[in-house]
Amino acid sequence: MPLLEVTDLRTTFHTRSGVYRAVDGVSFSLAKGETLGLVGESGSGKSVTCYSLMGLVPQPPGRIESGTAMFDGVDLLHCAPAQLRAIRGKRIAMIFQDPMTSLNPYLRISEQLIEPLLIHEKISKADALARGLAMLEAVGINDAGNRLHAYPHEFSGGMRQRVMIAMALITPPEILIADEPTTALDVTVQAQILELIKKLQNELGMAVIFVTHDLGVVSGLCDRVQVMYAGRIVETADTRTLFHAPRHPYTKALQRSIPSLQPKGRELYTIPGLPPDLSKPIAGCAFAPRCEFSTDYCRRTDPKLAAVTPTQATACLRVQNSEI
Amino acid sequence: MPPPILQLNDVKTHFPVESGFFRRQQTGTVKAVDGVSLTVARGEVLGLVGESGCGKSTLARTILQLVPTTAGTVILEGKNLTAASSAEILAARHDLQMVFQDPFASLNPRMTIFATLAEPLIVHRVVPREKVAERVALLMAKVGLSPQFMEKYPHEFSGGQRQRIAIARALALEPKVIIADEPVSALDVSIQAQILNLLSQLCREMNLALIFIAHDLSVVKHISDRVAVMYLGKIVELGPAAEVIERPRHPYTRALVSAIPTPNPEIERAKKRLVLAGDPPSPLNPPAGCAFHPRCSYAQEKCKLSVPPLIPAGPNREAACLRLDEIADQSGET
Ligand SMILES: Nc1ncnc2c1ncn2[C@@H]1O[C@H](COP(=O)(O)OP(=O)(O)OP(=O)(O)O)[C@@H](O)[C@H]1O
Ligand SMILES: Nc1ncnc2c1ncn2[C@@H]1O[C@H](COP(=O)(O)OP(=O)(O)OP(=O)(O)O)[C@@H](O)[C@H]1O
Ligand SMILES: [Mg+2]
Ligand SMILES: [Mg+2]
Repeated sequence: MPLLEVTDLRTTFHTRSGVYRAVDGVSFSLAKGETLGLVGESGSGKSVTCYSLMGLVPQPPGRIESGTAMFDGVDLLHCAPAQLRAIRGKRIAMIFQDPMTSLNPYLRISEQLIEPLLIHEKISKADALARGLAMLEAVGINDAGNRLHAYPHEFSGGMRQRVMIAMALITPPEILIADEPTTALDVTVQAQILELIKKLQNELGMAVIFVTHDLGVVSGLCDRVQVMYAGRIVETADTRTLFHAPRHPYTKALQRSIPSLQPKGRELYTIPGLPPDLSKPIAGCAFAPRCEFSTDYCRRTDPKLAAVTPTQATACLRVQNSEI
Repeated sequence: MPPPILQLNDVKTHFPVESGFFRRQQTGTVKAVDGVSLTVARGEVLGLVGESGCGKSTLARTILQLVPTTAGTVILEGKNLTAASSAEILAARHDLQMVFQDPFASLNPRMTIFATLAEPLIVHRVVPREKVAERVALLMAKVGLSPQFMEKYPHEFSGGQRQRIAIARALALEPKVIIADEPVSALDVSIQAQILNLLSQLCREMNLALIFIAHDLSVVKHISDRVAVMYLGKIVELGPAAEVIERPRHPYTRALVSAIPTPNPEIERAKKRLVLAGDPPSPLNPPAGCAFHPRCSYAQEKCKLSVPPLIPAGPNREAACLRLDEIADQSGET
């Protein structure tokens, strides 16, 4: 049985300019110890998917329109707030994309770091501080003892991001939701953080949902990858297959855009056009207007995610019909 | 060579550090930037890379005079900003724009995107009033945002969309120098490519100079003419981008390059990294001699004794390592 089973999640935002379907029918499951990569277009609903699971979508303007997210017999989307609070931060922890806005500028690093411990465990403040210190060292903050009581603005961007990571891992969770956790880190510190996550996975069977734009990181860390476009999952496969045999035209285009795979000095390949307006109804495939393979049929018919091989599912009608 | 648009001479920015939970006392100094000299030419893209906390953002903030400079001079088009009045600094910011590392914190949450982008256009009279809306739409299109978003507020955007608003705002005044602190790390690769193409094009067409701070070395290599590698407040290697990243000379640059993740699962999992021995040094209490020596596999006694200066290391290249010539031919490791 999967550790987490998400079915038909739909999250919308009701704003003056319309109803935005940020997440539009997302289903997936996550096994114990598994690392699931979540990649895709900026604005495609990756963060909102994570927030929805954590009960952190601001309501209003947000609204969970449908879906279930079963974790150990509890539906995260519909359970009582107290039940969710007991899970959040302890059994499921999240690292946020935006470290400065999720750290409180008026509280010392030390206070914020040990807060989850004080809430979820019976522990003295001194012991909690000692654990906090050890965790800061584990994420590579040098001279942690001297800097434990600093304020967030005294830390560099990458140091703040590592404080967020330390906060999420301090009470080792069963599921870690990491929303672009290493974007502000240089490659050597990033490698260190990824090792730390792998170590916790091996020791504790922690499962990870890893949201990132860095396909290099995905290829080293993830077991399986899901690609999102316009609020939906358009392709999912094991990591190897996704890199070597992507089928959905959007995944292929994404891969073509990776700078390290392109010659220097020339314009980089980019996907033409703009993503669709999520407040307007979309007829057919949302990617069709930008897709070099699209036909009239694609623009009329709503594609569903369907298996094309036992380990790969694609929401492209032409792939499903073996036309491309 | 044309005169540089921006010149830094031995710039230092130090912060006092206080510790103690109840009573904070100054217990030391963080030498965030400690003796950086650099020039940037018109139309040039200078990549700035280095470990988290090595002082890249502080250097950027120093150039903009957002933090007090401890020592040294920052010269923009012949004008010494470190000795300028605040009015002169404000005027200089017209020509010198920054895209901050944290786009959310730098956008006003109560202003719509239209207001955010229109404000500099109106204040600095870049276009006549009646042309403002048109120009805002153009700026948004440049960074790949559809005009339908104009009346939205920052919190209604995803991380990557906000980053593009921040870039559009920096472009609004058509500055001569842009300092971009991690401008593309929150973007998916396609939009990242679009922004990189846009920045390159602006540098070419408008002779814009760009200091590009990033962690992704493949991105840095693609966009930069030259790259500067920083370690603990100092520049340790400087040279043409492709040269430095493909044939690094300083041991720290070598370690950095070996840690670049590759978008290929087989290669990525089989790869042996030059794992840096030891912890990153403390900027409060930097190691004596070469700051990198405790983690350097080539370090010898002499490296603990004196701080290595930047010395020539090939055509247009410099590196700060005492053993540069001795280790030059030991570069076969993977
Ligand atoms: N509070 C909100 N009000 C209105 N719209 C919102 C709100 N939060 C998010 N959205 C919209 O929901 C969509 C999905 O946003 P989300 O943050 O999930 O994107 P993402 O995939 O994480 O993108 P990125 O890679 O840029 O972080 C976006 O189009 C965004 O504009
Ligand atoms: N206002 C401040 N007060 C005290 N120390 C500071 C302050 N701002 C920065 N520092 C310290 O200066 C050093 C350099 O920080 P800076 O933000 O320049 O690093 P960076 O190279 O941009 O790192 P990153 O890649 O993580 O963003 C860090 O050790 C940081 O803690
Ligand atoms: Mg996001
Ligand atoms: Mg920084």
